[in-house]
Amino acid sequence: MRAWVTQFVQLVLVLAFAPLLTGLTRRIRARLLRRQGPPLLQPYRDLARLMRKEAVVAHNASWLFRSAPYLIFAATWVAASLVPTFAGGLMFSAAADLIVIVALLGTARFFLALAGLDVGTGFGGIGASREMMFASLAEPAMLMVVFTLSLFAGSTQLSNVSAFLLGPGAGLSFSLGLALIALFIVSIAENARIPVDNPATHLELTMVHEAMILEYSGRHLAVLEAAASLKLLLHLSLIACVFTPWGMATAGTGWAGYLAGFGAWLGKLAAGGFLLVLFETAIAKMRVFRVPEFLGMALMLGLLGVILLFVSRVSG
Amino acid sequence: MLNQLAGVGIGLLLALAVGSALLARARHAAALTYGASALICLALAGIALQALGAGGAPGVALELRVGMPLARTQLGFDALSAAFAVIVNLASAIVSVGAIGLGRHVREQQRVLPFYPAFIAGMNVVLLAQDAFSFLIGWEFMSLASWALVVSDDCSDSNRRAGLVYLIMATGGALTLLLAFGVLAGPDGGYAFGQMRQATAFAPAAIVLVLALIGAGSKAGLVPLHAWLPLAHPAAPSHVSALMSGVMTKVAVYGFIRIVFDLSGPPAWWWSIPVLLAAAATALLGVLHALMEQDLKRMLAYSTVENIGIIFIGLGLALTFKANGMAVAAALAIVAAIFHGFNHSLFKSLLFLGSGAVLHATGERDMQRLGGLIHRMPLTALAFLAGCVAISALPPFNGFASEWLTFQAILLSPQLPQWIPRLLVPAVGATLACSAALAAACSVRAFGSTFLGRARSEPAAGAGETDPWSLGAMLVLAALCLLAGVLPGLVIDSLGSVSELVVQGRLAPQSGQPWLGIAPVDAQRGAYNGLLVFVMIASAAAVTALIARRFASHALRRSAAWDCGFPEPSPLAQYTPGGFAQPIRRVFGSVVFRAREQVSMPGPGDTGPARLRVELHDTVWDALYAPVVRAVDATAGYLNALQFLTIRKYLAVVFIALIVLLVIIGTSR
Repeated sequence: MRAWVTQFVQLVLVLAFAPLLTGLTRRIRARLLRRQGPPLLQPYRDLARLMRKEAVVAHNASWLFRSAPYLIFAATWVAASLVPTFAGGLMFSAAADLIVIVALLGTARFFLALAGLDVGTGFGGIGASREMMFASLAEPAMLMVVFTLSLFAGSTQLSNVSAFLLGPGAGLSFSLGLALIALFIVSIAENARIPVDNPATHLELTMVHEAMILEYSGRHLAVLEAAASLKLLLHLSLIACVFTPWGMATAGTGWAGYLAGFGAWLGKLAAGGFLLVLFETAIAKMRVFRVPEFLGMALMLGLLGVILLFVSRVSG
Repeated sequence: MLNQLAGVGIGLLLALAVGSALLARARHAAALTYGASALICLALAGIALQALGAGGAPGVALELRVGMPLARTQLGFDALSAAFAVIVNLASAIVSVGAIGLGRHVREQQRVLPFYPAFIAGMNVVLLAQDAFSFLIGWEFMSLASWALVVSDDCSDSNRRAGLVYLIMATGGALTLLLAFGVLAGPDGGYAFGQMRQATAFAPAAIVLVLALIGAGSKAGLVPLHAWLPLAHPAAPSHVSALMSGVMTKVAVYGFIRIVFDLSGPPAWWWSIPVLLAAAATALLGVLHALMEQDLKRMLAYSTVENIGIIFIGLGLALTFKANGMAVAAALAIVAAIFHGFNHSLFKSLLFLGSGAVLHATGERDMQRLGGLIHRMPLTALAFLAGCVAISALPPFNGFASEWLTFQAILLSPQLPQWIPRLLVPAVGATLACSAALAAACSVRAFGSTFLGRARSEPAAGAGETDPWSLGAMLVLAALCLLAGVLPGLVIDSLGSVSELVVQGRLAPQSGQPWLGIAPVDAQRGAYNGLLVFVMIASAAAVTALIARRFASHALRRSAAWDCGFPEPSPLAQYTPGGFAQPIRRVFGSVVFRAREQVSMPGPGDTGPARLRVELHDTVWDALYAPVVRAVDATAGYLNALQFLTIRKYLAVVFIALIVLLVIIGTSR
């Protein structure tokens, strides 16, 4: 019963807090740049306004164009609801391990790229092409991180990974550090942050994510924006859950434990968002063909971590 | 009993081949041949499923008093051949249904119809053979029938070249298999598989491994022996391409498993090294080639090469685990490999049927001249999309389930005692992950440039939906892709007896897992539930759509595309498949293909167009095949002089040859 409740609360919580996290990062970024910045709740208002507006769809857009936002959102939402945030012991945590979560994000990306190609404009194509090129390095890098974690914990189940890292068996490890750096780089690329992509620009030749959703408007755009916020929340929650699992409520704790877990999660999200934005403001946007080197670094770090583990383990 | 029934099925297929050869010009010959093939294959699939359920066919093997002296032809199921017979016949049955529609477009029916059932019969003989002779006879039958199908349209130079390359490679492959069986049979010459298992080979088993890798690997399309595959598979009519790519490659995989896992005795740990290296290279090179390809069918053929690499990664892992006595891990790896073979037979058949439908609707195979077909062929587009999702290893479709199992097997390999596989396996895992991501890019590119966007040519703009037979076949295949993805436990359980036979271990039964999920090793190590993931995505999408419907504005306005305010009216301004792959070509291609780009800009005031020249090399062909071709050419040119000798010189040559032979015979006595 408790697992059902936790799962349901998690489903709602990630959805409710995702726009807030986006608002927070925008605000911090503006403050770091000595600007006033939008109010924290601005993303909610944006979503509400987009929902109220009519959707303008190109003449030759197909059914795929109109259904893709819902599929993308659904895949991202399911993935986000399977990453333990404030408490472990989710009802459906046995349905999907870390590899599945990575692949669900891949499904979302697949349909986003197709949606970008649907209308047949130059910008949609440029976005889809670059996104898939980034993904061809980011996804294996992410899987290498998954390998590292699961070799530590002897399991690809996220709940077991975080339980292992909380437990006494875990210690500081070189491989774990490499995995953290790789995961951070992948998160930057996946969430279209500087230096890989710039969500705040509409300068044509630099945009990737924005180029794919250029033709969207109204409720479709709202759903896609919400999916993008959810993805950022997912990545920060994943880093928090794996590398800083402290404070998360476990199956045996009472209500106070759950509240504490919730507070800890919010704190971790805010800290993660702050660090992300700090990194973002300290670095310049890369040229597109520098990005593969950046992501290739993540892949190599991840692979190095895995090989170190493979070699150092005598018995699993 | 099942063996005899299967024998009857093969006999019927052969009779059908003869019958359609005689009646190929009759009015409904094509529909009747393909319909009958579909029914026979369906029956064979049912028989094989029965045999698989029983872990092999009880009772005696079917003995035929034909074939070599001293050796009777023995046909019969065991668990391994039953599993592959299900894969082969299920896909063949559905493809044959599609062929009722697609096969009508073939110009010269008499060059296709007789060979089609014969091809399927040959594959079944290979699977059922219990001795080396019938195995090889079936193998050659399959090769020659498919060769005849490849050259059925010999109007173009490229098809004739494909036929030649295929014939040479197939002959070489069969020769190495012959040698492999010869080594296995030992000095006593026991050519039945039962005798081979007992016999002591008179050469190290490693030679058998190399011969099997060359023989079966060349048929499957393992790098560097893949060169014929992207030439021959697309040259055949599309429904035959579906069989060759989706089904025949699985027969090759079967041959490899049969020889290396079953007949060669216990493997040494280092056997996996050449297998894993070749497999990883195959997976990566296959998908990169597919990404560079503009031709839809050739792209699919290269993607077959990639998937064969994924299957052989599983087989290589299974070899290491088996050599080290890790039975459960070996079972996991071999189940992953065979499951992926099954999945590939489904989605590759689907995609080739789809490409056939596109080809007949537009007359185009070049993706650069297609586009926008989702509007004119909506159901084909839907089925093709399902195939693309499945082949890109995305949940909840079946390609993901088998790749997930492969990843789980990779994660068990730190327990291996040897150093080399422990270093090699993570690199192979990274390659597998990389090729999975590239496969997704490849699918996006193929679907996007064929079905999405605006039509790039006149025929693409005027296309119409394809016939109901091939549509039905494609939709059934798409449904099976989804079904195998959401219920992987069923497949894993039915492969239990296979892994028992091949690696002497089996996975825990999955039917007891909650909610029809899978947890192959144990639930704490890793679990996946395709059904639940599918239900969750579907209901989350439905809930979102409902919420949007309830609370959001319903207004929808059709308008011109926005495109940042400067929409380009010409459909040629869209991204082309070549442009789509350009970033990937720049990242990976400079090493793999020695790709060079050259931009020539017109000078100031010059109104000529700017040109981009791209140079790609097939490095494997240049390094391995081109020297052989040159050597053969040079030798032939040199020997050509022998054709123009005088009669005295000919007599002298004959005399010298006679002397040399006599000397050889005399000294060897």
